[in-house]
Amino acid sequence: MHPFSISRADDPVKASAAHARDGELAFIAGGTDLLGLMKDHAALPQRLLDINGLPGMAGIELRADGSVRIGALARMSDVAAHPQVRVRFPVIAEGLLYAASGQLRNMASMGGNIMQRTRCAYFRDEDSVPCNKRRPGSGCSALNGINRNHAIFGWSGACVATHPSDVAVALAALDAIVIVRGLSGERSIPFTEFHRLPGAEPQRDNVLQRGDLIIAIDVPARREARGSHYLKVRDRQSYEFALVSAAAAVALDGRRVRSARLAMGGVAHKPWRLGAAEIALRGVSLDDGDALKTAIAKSFADAKPLSHNAFKIELAQRVALRALQTAGERA
Amino acid sequence: MDQPKKPARREFLQLAGRSAAAGIAIGAAPTYANDPAVPPKTDSSSGRVAVSLIVNGEARTLLVEPRTTLLGALREELSLTGTKKSCDRGECGACTVHVEGRRVLSCMALVAMQDGKHVTTIEGVERDGQLHALQSAFIEHDAFQCGFCTSGQIMSGIAMIEEAKAGWPSAATSNVARRFAVGDLTNAEIRERMSGNLCRCACYPNIVDAVAQAAKRS
Repeated sequence: MHPFSISRADDPVKASAAHARDGELAFIAGGTDLLGLMKDHAALPQRLLDINGLPGMAGIELRADGSVRIGALARMSDVAAHPQVRVRFPVIAEGLLYAASGQLRNMASMGGNIMQRTRCAYFRDEDSVPCNKRRPGSGCSALNGINRNHAIFGWSGACVATHPSDVAVALAALDAIVIVRGLSGERSIPFTEFHRLPGAEPQRDNVLQRGDLIIAIDVPARREARGSHYLKVRDRQSYEFALVSAAAAVALDGRRVRSARLAMGGVAHKPWRLGAAEIALRGVSLDDGDALKTAIAKSFADAKPLSHNAFKIELAQRVALRALQTAGERA
Repeated sequence: MDQPKKPARREFLQLAGRSAAAGIAIGAAPTYANDPAVPPKTDSSSGRVAVSLIVNGEARTLLVEPRTTLLGALREELSLTGTKKSCDRGECGACTVHVEGRRVLSCMALVAMQDGKHVTTIEGVERDGQLHALQSAFIEHDAFQCGFCTSGQIMSGIAMIEEAKAGWPSAATSNVARRFAVGDLTNAEIRERMSGNLCRCACYPNIVDAVAQAAKRS
């Protein structure tokens, strides 16, 4: 790794101010993504600010109204093992358990998880091939390159990368809220608005500005949350990023869908919510596979494959269907 | 049978390494600055930072470059070469150690961020000359061929059994809402929980057997 200096933050206001005034400073918590980026020369911060000592940011707080506040510094493994998270929000526990390895889950923070950068091999390439995310204006090597793992929704000519987080897909499905401290104080960002589509600025993964520090992720109580499931399909069964994944949460009236929440991973630059399918699923019987399939297909009218990933369009609909059916059996 | 007391190569290197480490060790407290506006206290000529660790029960103080990983510090500064460097990207598990009792990847951790923490490496798991139960199980089940991944496998396995005892579920657990018991550690569970440790000799069936035996006896 390149040489850099490191210091430790003990106050979020000062940490935020330091980040705002110093463009060469990066926050570090678990470090499992940042150090990888630094080793691949895809991030070269001159100064690291260790935020692990910031007070009150590592807890998992269950509230009387059924919601949960997950501190940005809570480790993935602690959230996944939390008995109430497992009962009330199984899709969150599963989203975490399907990610990375036991060792990495012990290290990686929740705030860092949703900040992790794409696994696009061109972006991560040590020799730095053209990549607009890495060097704006240099071009996208994946657009006409090997793009089997890339997006089918919302991509642009500038970038076809996908977001790699699993738990972010679950959090998007549940309409979680990201609590951020910036220069002007604390604010809430709806999860589905946190990550961006690439457009002409793929170097920006999300809507955060310099000086912004993620404090926590709030997951409101949702009637669908107990009947929820995360399904991940990948090239090997464990310790691999998603080809396609789905987070589903369902509330039922008898055997009919009262309301459903569906989001997908591995298909876009952000967790991809299937809004049209959610509306079409209302009133459909869990036992009517064809009707469920037709409802899910409503969200795939605007899917657009790249040269190597047309298979994802069919695969994603099957994954969404199976996740929905499993969630429904839990509801 | 008693062996002649000629120091093995590794013991010799350890002794040499200890003297070298002692040569640069200083007794100072950790030197992080609390205010990010204030640069961290460093050795002005080298930009190095002091870090105190408890490694295998022994207090150690190091003066390192901020970019030094925990893996680098263990191997190069403390000569604890049982912890292996392989992918150096968090993809293979060969560098697994315990920090505060939890399994972590030492290649993806900066030693400067481990100040004051307890670190256990493969050199620290035997007790009074007795191998750890999982080390014995690896021998009994012939759970290695070349041996390069073995220390990482064992460090991962020891902590993984503790995670299962604490009731943690895994991606192989069909109902995460239910409390997990160590008796639920099927081979499928062990494979999933150990998937962060690769073995290019493919000794996986034997590794799973060894871990299953140690879990049963624990």
